[in-house]
Amino acid sequence: MVPLNAYLLVAAFLFITGVVGVATRRNALIIFMSVELMLNAVNLTFVAFSRFLGSLDGQAFVFFVMTVAAAEVAVGLAIIIALFRNRETVNVDEVNLLRG
Amino acid sequence: MSVPDALWLIPALPLAGALLNGLLGRRFPRWLVGLVGCGSVGAAFLAAAAGFQALRALPPEARRLEPVLFTWIASGDLSAPLGLLWDPLAAVMALVVSGVGFCIHVYSLGYMGADRDYPRYFAFLNLFAFFMLTLVLANNYLFLFLGWEGVGLCSYLLIGFWFERESAAEAGKKAFLVNRVGDFGFLVGLFLLWTTFGTFHFGTLFPKLAEQPAGTPVLTAVALLLFLGATGKSAQLPLYVWLPDAMEGPTPVSALIHAATMVTAGVYMVARSSPLYDRTPEVLALIAWVGALTAVFAATIACAQTDIKRVIAYSTISQLGYMFLGAGAGAYASSIFHLTTHAFFKALLFLGAGAVIHALHGEQDLTRMGGLRKPMRLTAAAFFLGAAANAGIFPLAGFWSKDEILAAARHGGFTGPWLLGLAGAFLTAFYMFRCFALAFTGTFRGDRETLARVHEAPPSMAVPIVILAGLALVGGGLGVPPERGLLHAFLAPVLPGSAEASPGGIETALLSVGLALAGAALAGVWYGRRPEVPAALAARLPGLSRLVRGKFFVDELYAATLVRPLERLAHWCFRVGDGVLVEGAVNGTSALVDWGSRALRRVQTGFVPNYVLSILVGTVLLLTYLVFGR
Repeated sequence: MVPLNAYLLVAAFLFITGVVGVATRRNALIIFMSVELMLNAVNLTFVAFSRFLGSLDGQAFVFFVMTVAAAEVAVGLAIIIALFRNRETVNVDEVNLLRG
Repeated sequence: MSVPDALWLIPALPLAGALLNGLLGRRFPRWLVGLVGCGSVGAAFLAAAAGFQALRALPPEARRLEPVLFTWIASGDLSAPLGLLWDPLAAVMALVVSGVGFCIHVYSLGYMGADRDYPRYFAFLNLFAFFMLTLVLANNYLFLFLGWEGVGLCSYLLIGFWFERESAAEAGKKAFLVNRVGDFGFLVGLFLLWTTFGTFHFGTLFPKLAEQPAGTPVLTAVALLLFLGATGKSAQLPLYVWLPDAMEGPTPVSALIHAATMVTAGVYMVARSSPLYDRTPEVLALIAWVGALTAVFAATIACAQTDIKRVIAYSTISQLGYMFLGAGAGAYASSIFHLTTHAFFKALLFLGAGAVIHALHGEQDLTRMGGLRKPMRLTAAAFFLGAAANAGIFPLAGFWSKDEILAAARHGGFTGPWLLGLAGAFLTAFYMFRCFALAFTGTFRGDRETLARVHEAPPSMAVPIVILAGLALVGGGLGVPPERGLLHAFLAPVLPGSAEASPGGIETALLSVGLALAGAALAGVWYGRRPEVPAALAARLPGLSRLVRGKFFVDELYAATLVRPLERLAHWCFRVGDGVLVEGAVNGTSALVDWGSRALRRVQTGFVPNYVLSILVGTVLLLTYLVFGR
């Protein structure tokens, strides 16, 4: 049986990848995908702990996360499309309309 | 309804009149406004007369009715019931106030007939009668103070009745502010009275005062502070300056408020507080001196005034000085007697002057009058009578009361004030007959058209003048024989000692009448027959003439030492306190918020990566704290 730590390491690796992606990339779509990657890394830890502890609570949580993520994708992609239509770019460095 | 239960009607009737005319007067026809105004005061007079009869029916020692209407203020130890006190002193004052007041209300029908603010005038006049009757009927100092302030308010409102005129508005303000100085003293005196004795009620307070040894510092302080209030209200040195300016009001107002009633409130208050003042002989001596000095000082100024109303105003100040001289000498009943006769003849003089002003369409300058005896026979005769009564010429009202005061001053050992009072008697006769000679004898000095339109007073003005002239003629009978007259015997239960005769009255009377006749004769010669003499005299003594004409420059002195420094202080407070401190605090707050937000808005770059970074850093810090920090 694969030990719990292996799952957690993979999840941590995925999460760090997502964080780095969000922090360093300039393309809104890539940032968005990185966010999804972070969410799924967390999902992976949830499922791993669920299995390890023999409780279904973690898996129930995962369902909620996936639902919310689906809704978020719908809204997020719509925003990015709207952004592209208005500014003809998805580079976040060129978008600072909310500057104070 | 028994008498004590109905006493509240005396002040309440004028209040009802004031409310009716004040709230609905603009919709009333003019005759109804006049009817409500005069009727309410007339009814109050009838009620007071009925109360007077009821009082007379009682044995002298039981003449003290004290109906309590309801509890006015109840807070902790302080309880001030709204109670009336109906004793001989209150009855005399109520009769004078409502009786003379009624005459003047009727006179106003004619005098103010053409004014467009007729309802407002009568509403204020009735309100004044209400507050004045409250003042004299109150059974405790707090309630008395309510009336005291109320009459001050009405005085302000009526002096400034023609407020479109700058000078009238200023005069009203001046009267109010000068009175505040006195009222401040009065109020502090009341506080002191409360903290020392724990009551304002006359009936409880006065027996307690009798137990105190004479000359206790607290008693002296209270007596002085209350007297300060009286100098303000009754226009004595050093607070008399408002009264001459108060002549900006309509003439009937001058007659009612600034001669017959309100200005005598201080005298009434001192007489009412006689148990207090009897315990403080040194304050009484001060009162006698202040009264005597005021009497002579104001009489001197009156000799050089050219405005007919101002001459009478200074005369009022001077006569009030006599009243305080009487009270200071311990002859309270004599000063109330003089108050009563003064109300008759001074109201008469003002109403006579009002008839002249009315006939000359607002002309008040004596140098533009003259010879009015022929077209205005009745007014001239009445004014002559009033002037003679004021001068204290036998056998008119002023003679009996003033000489009683002088005799009491001499008997009480107040030689200085007595001599001043005699000098004042000479000056009084001089300025009164100077005024009469300038207005009514000789030839008219104004223009021809004005003279052609001069007319005798209409009946509504003539009838009150005749009534008051009759009272000025026989009013002295209240006090005949001296010191044992009707009035004194009636007042004896409240003002004990008033029924004792002071010996040596005859010499004083002969002396003062002699001086008065000399003054009258001098004025008659100088201003009736040889007008060049006073002019030459003024040219010979330019300094003295300027000093007297300029009213001893007291107004200018006050302006330089008090008014202008205070104004500068107020300006400084406005500039620094308001402009720098208050506005600085308000504007500073907004500037701080403005500057702070300008600085903080830079944080909002609008770049998504920056936000992400700060979220990341924040999360890491939070996690670090959660894991290692605790």
